Amino acid sequence: MLDLLTANSDVLLKGLLTTLGVSLLAIALGAPLGLLLATASRHPSTAVRGVARIYLSFWRGTPILVQLLLIFYLLPLIRINLPPAGAAVVALAFNTAAFQSEIYRAGLAAIPVGEIEAAKMLGLTRRQSLIWIEIPQAIRIMLPALVGEILALVRNSSLVSVIAVTDLTRRAQQIASSTFKPLESYAVALIMYVAIALILSSIGMWLERRMRCSGTV
Amino acid sequence: MALSSSDLLMMLQGLGLTALLTFIGTLLALALAVPLALSLRSGRVWLVAPARLYVEVMRGAPLVLLLFLLYYGGPQFGLRLSAPVAGIVGLGLFGAGAFAEILRAGLDAVHKGDVEAARMLGMSQMQSFQYIEIPQAARTVIPPIFGQSIILVKESAVLSVITIAELTKGASELATITFSVQPFIVAALLYWALVELVAQIGFAVERRYHIGCH
Repeated sequence: MLDLLTANSDVLLKGLLTTLGVSLLAIALGAPLGLLLATASRHPSTAVRGVARIYLSFWRGTPILVQLLLIFYLLPLIRINLPPAGAAVVALAFNTAAFQSEIYRAGLAAIPVGEIEAAKMLGLTRRQSLIWIEIPQAIRIMLPALVGEILALVRNSSLVSVIAVTDLTRRAQQIASSTFKPLESYAVALIMYVAIALILSSIGMWLERRMRCSGTV
Repeated sequence: MALSSSDLLMMLQGLGLTALLTFIGTLLALALAVPLALSLRSGRVWLVAPARLYVEVMRGAPLVLLLFLLYYGGPQFGLRLSAPVAGIVGLGLFGAGAFAEILRAGLDAVHKGDVEAARMLGMSQMQSFQYIEIPQAARTVIPPIFGQSIILVKESAVLSVITIAELTKGASELATITFSVQPFIVAALLYWALVELVAQIGFAVERRYHIGCH
């Protein structure tokens, strides 16, 4: 397994970078959309809430693989020409937006109303209260769930290999078929995914600890 | 181009296979999760460490790679599984990690005082486990177990990559023939319905056992 790793290290590294790039882009694009959805699902208008609810239900209730294929086949039909990696980012971003919006909604709802009232009483504007009181607390509350969503997204990004994006999984497939060693090739890729997950969750735990200690928000 | 009735029939058959494979895979995952959860709670390092490692690996591992390992890598060490069996085993191994954490948390949530009281009243450790801990834990774990089962329904779409003719595979084949996006829209709606069905069964079970209204 070690010779396989050293012989193909540059290919694996390229795949790893694609996996990380696709995941990060999807998370970054999904975040504003998720915030928008979180706001929409608490909007006074029934129509806006209804649209948000259907969006959330669809993207949370169907498999990511089907969503990826749907977007991949749909984009050319509506005359949007993107490379496979672009379609993959779009599909993953739509998906994670739905999951992120639930996290934002729960995070903002968890802040005691008394604190917001107190901020108002002390003369903070709505904007100041949001920036100095609500968002810092919400981030702390949401952090574990957000880290969990990032982990899930990196894992789910392995499905972009199905639409021919050369991510880590696709590279492992290529190595498996050129070396005739599927066991070692897929095991190496699997270990790399697990390593990414462990690193990301350690960063998450470190951040949680740090935020707890600094306390003075 | 509209889908013909034979196309729709093929997709419904795919849906049936998806439901069947997911159901068996979920049962396998639950069966594997019980010893894992008990190991996690055992307090003995030689049991906790491997169980914890298993749970952590399954948290980061993509199902598609597990399936490739089992189906394409298996023959290298003499493990020859048919595609559906590899799919079920893959789903089972994959789901077991998450189910183990759910069961562990459910058992941890049982009040210590209840267990102590049971022992005080002369129940053996086994009796206390059977009559006090399991019934209480069962109520806390039912909602997340249904949540995880829904995740497995959705993950089962990945079984299409090892040539299993389930719903996603059927849709992909139709899409290649007809050059249209319709099969994926139909597939998405069918998954949506299946997920909704599992969720409703979950709610019905919760109501039956009065979960959430102690």
